[in-house]
Parts: sequence; C-alpha cells; structure tokens
Amino acid sequence: MSTEHAMEPTSEESTAERAESQVSGAEIVLEDVVKQYPGQASPAVESLSLTIPAGEIVMFVGPSGCGKTTSLKMINRLIEPTSGTIRIDGEDARSQSENALRRKIGYVIQGGSLFPHLTVAKNIAIVPKLLGWDTRRVQERIDELLDLVGLDPAKYRDRYPRELSGGQQQRVGVARGLAADPPVLLMDEPFGAVDPITRQRLQDELLSIQRELRKTIVCVTHDIDEAIKLGDRILILKEGARVAQYDTPEVVLGAPADEFVEDFVGSGSSLKQLSLVRVSEVELHRPVTATVGEKVDDVRRRAEAAGERSVVLLDGRGRPVSWPWLRQLKGDSVVEPADELITIDQRATLNDALDTMLSSSHGGAVVTGDRDQYLGVVVFDAVTDHIRSLEEQAHE
Amino acid sequence: MWDFIVERREQIAYNTFQHFNLVVQAVVVATLIAVVLAVLVVGAPRLQGVANAISAIGLTIPSFALVGLLLPVFSIGAFTAFLAVAFYAVLPVLRNAVVGLQQVDPTLVESARGMGMSRLAVLWRIRLPLAWPVILAGVRISMQMSMGVAAIAAYVRGPGLGDYIFRGLASIGGANAVNYALVGTLGVVVVALIADALLLLLGRVTVPRGIRA
Repeated sequence: MSTEHAMEPTSEESTAERAESQVSGAEIVLEDVVKQYPGQASPAVESLSLTIPAGEIVMFVGPSGCGKTTSLKMINRLIEPTSGTIRIDGEDARSQSENALRRKIGYVIQGGSLFPHLTVAKNIAIVPKLLGWDTRRVQERIDELLDLVGLDPAKYRDRYPRELSGGQQQRVGVARGLAADPPVLLMDEPFGAVDPITRQRLQDELLSIQRELRKTIVCVTHDIDEAIKLGDRILILKEGARVAQYDTPEVVLGAPADEFVEDFVGSGSSLKQLSLVRVSEVELHRPVTATVGEKVDDVRRRAEAAGERSVVLLDGRGRPVSWPWLRQLKGDSVVEPADELITIDQRATLNDALDTMLSSSHGGAVVTGDRDQYLGVVVFDAVTDHIRSLEEQAHE
Repeated sequence: MWDFIVERREQIAYNTFQHFNLVVQAVVVATLIAVVLAVLVVGAPRLQGVANAISAIGLTIPSFALVGLLLPVFSIGAFTAFLAVAFYAVLPVLRNAVVGLQQVDPTLVESARGMGMSRLAVLWRIRLPLAWPVILAGVRISMQMSMGVAAIAAYVRGPGLGDYIFRGLASIGGANAVNYALVGTLGVVVVALIADALLLLLGRVTVPRGIRA
C-alpha cells in the first residue's frame, strides 16, 4: 500500500517521538527555480533553491504576493517554471507527464475544494480511480482514510459536501489528498476558511496523521503561528520568493535572520515561545476515567476513593467524549452526552492548550494521541510550572 | 368539437406524436451543438461577446421569416422544418451553457487539474456535470419555444400540429375552421406540457443530490 522507501527515519528531535513509523515521504529539491510571467518587470520567483527533507513538514510563509503559492504550484507543475529544475525523490519533475506527476502528489487547497456533485466517497476515489485501482481496493481505501481523518465511514461515505460542516469538508479534502498514498502532499492555505477552534483541531489532526504517515508536506500559509505550530521547518519568503530565512521554528523565533524576519514573526514576545512547546512535553495529569455504559455508582466510588470530583468519560474505542463533574452523573449507567468535548492533540502547543483551558470549567484540557486515543489531562499549573522552568533555564 | 376529434382521432394522435417527435429531435441535436459551441466559447474569452450577440440577434429573427428564407435553399418538407426548429433551439441552450460553464468555481477546476485529471476528464467529469442544471434550464426554455416554432414550420409542409392551425386560419368562416385551429393550438399546449414534465423528470434523474436546488 505505502510506497516503501528503504530510508532510515531521520533522527530530527522534533520527529523522533515515533521513530518506529517509517518515512513514506520523498525529498524535494528546488534548484535555481525561476518564474517570470510575460509582461511583468520583475519575476514572481527569482531563483529559488531549496531542499525539503523527506518526511518533514515545511511551511512557506511570507506577505501576500511574495511568491509562496507560485513556488508551491511549481512543484506539481500547475505553474511551469521558466527555468531551473525541481526534483522529487531524485527524479526531475519534467521527466514525466504532468498528469502522471500530479497523481503522485496530493493537493489540498483552502476549504477542501470538494466537488459538490460527488459524494464524499467519490471525491476521495478520484485519484485511485485515475490510477486504475480495482473497486474493492478503492472502497477499502475510502473507509481507511475516513477513519484516519476522524469521520465515521458508515455515516459520511455517501454524503454530499454541502451536507458537511466546513471542518468536515476540510478533513475530507485532506483524505482526498492522501487517497493514493502519495509521498508528497502540497497544501495551499488549507485551514484558512474555518473558525479558529476548528482550525486548531484540524492542525492537531494533521500533526497526528503526519506522526503516523511521515509524508513530505509542503504547506503555504500567511499565518506565522500556524507555521510555527505545524512546521518542522519554516521558509520565510520576501517579495520575489527570495529566502529571508529557512530553519526550524526554534531558530526562526530565537535567532531571526534579519529585521524582515523579526518584524514578520513579531519576535520578542515570550508568549510566542508557548507555540514552540508541545503538550507532550508537559507532565500530564491522569484523573479517574470511566467508560460509557459503566454503572454510575461504581464510577462515583472509584473517583471518590481517588479524591477526585470529576471523571473523564471514554467511549468503547478509548476516545474521550466528555469530562463531567460527579454531580452531573445521573441515572443508572453512564451515557454519552450530546455535546462534543473539545480535546487537544498531544502535538498541540501550550498556546492552544491555554486557549482550550479558558473555555473549560475544569481549568484543564483533555489530551489525545493517535486516532483520538485518550492520553491524560493538561492542567493550568503544569503549564505555568513549565514556563517557570524554561525561565530558570534561560537564566542559568 | 368532440365529434370532430373522435372522427379524426387517429390522425390527430399521429400528428401530435409527429409534432413531439420533431421538437424532441431538434432540441436534442441543438443541445449537442450548443454545448460543443459553449465549451469552445468559454475556452476563448474573445468569442463570448460574439456568442452572446448571435444568441440575442438570432432570437429576434421572426420564425416565419426564417422558414421563408430557408425555402429557396432547402426544398419543402420535414428537413427544412427540422432545420428551422433546431436553429432556434440552439440559442437558449447556448446562452445557458456558456453561463453554466462560466459559473464553475475556477478553484474546483484547478483542484481537479492538480489531482492529475486531464483537461478532457475535467470537462467531462467536473465542468459539464456542474453546469448541467443550468444547461437543462436552457433546454426547457428551448423546448417550450420550439413547440411554437414547429407549428410555424408546418408552413413548409413540416410534420406536426401546425398544419391544423394553418388549415383553420385559411378556411375562416368554413365549417370546421375553429375546430381545426383549436385542436392544433390545444394539441401544441398539451405536447408542450408533457415535454416539460419529461424534462423535469430528467432533471430529477440526472442532477446529483449534491447540487440540486
């Protein structure tokens, strides 16, 4: 199923958490790539050279009109470079037909850009069908992908895009981009069209998916916070796609290359550093958990024995569904509540965690891992403790 | 009048069917031509003004005049009638097809191209299905209009119900003049209603739920 690469997982500290997952991405190399539109005085992209390591997320950021989208679209040849070469996994992008090339590169744009006349399943099936997969394999892949992006296949397979929320559409868009298991995924402002809370969840999910799949993801955004959160590396571009800085978020924030970068990232604000610390780096609190369907009396006894006043409720597949106070537990057995619990992924930043805590009555946020599995709870004190220890380290 | 119909029921039924047949064939051919033209026109922005002007001017030519103009070129008969009906039938479909194709969100087309679909596949699987409801609305207008044009085409011995109308008008004051004119006119109305109902049904079947209004 996955394109097997006999590559060692990189020992990059930011991606080392799950060293057992194989890198399925491919390296992309841009060499002196130029895009000059006829009739324009200065080129849209003037000589961009760049290496995007296999299995990493690289974020292209910069002011509007800096050429970041143009640079992205040259990778799948939606825009043909005027000169220069682009190599994917060592192979020149021009050595094959543009259609063949594009079927090996996932492409996700703002809002998901789903075809409104096709069902979710048919939207996802497009590239596998272009590649001539048989029907059974396509059907299995659709279910697998919907599961991966957190949508119940039985419920969503046959829906039309307009019957989905913005966030769900974007999830299907990601599933469609990953449909034929391409080594490279290109994303153009993927989360630009959704509200902030949904955007945070989608970002978390993308990180969780990436932990599993280790694709090479190139993502254009105008939002520096998104770049810091998602990127293994950030490419900051000036007008004409000139590289202002290309480095890890830590370096970009800690040692901006010049005034342009400094202005752009808005450095100096120590709160931005919160975007660098992942929830997984903070100690998680593990309150008493209960499973849907358990006897309320048992749950209450267990929680009281542990001195807790609330429990985290999980569904049959180990995913958190609510975080009720004990006094809210009524009836005979524990039932799943109607309203959705807002959780954060372990790769979410402390910034996101604080946001989520503010809207929670517990002063904490439920943390999930791969496929929304429950991991624990991050509490406010843990965050402040971590900040304090960072400050102490900085003083020493 | 009832006796008039009963006496001629077989002939009336035959003519009614012929009328329907002429219009449906002309509209089907016209739709194919109009969609092909629309695809070409949308691909070349400079042609769009031309296409709109032709549609607008074409619709102002009186159908009676066009039938007359076709006569010297083609002989009297069904084919000339067919040509006249098809000519008018193209215009509303062309206009709607151009609008329908233009309304397709360019990001969807780019997305499809970005996934590796060929230009032809994008046209066939994305652009035309998305434009289809608008095209179909054009076909409905075209079908209604063609019902009247086909009646006039009876002037060149075209098939259908027009002949009754002409016969009635020519023999005003005669015994069955009103009956002829009425049967012809009402027949056209009934055929038009049936054809419209069939098109509505076609819409239900061919427009996916995801883009149904």
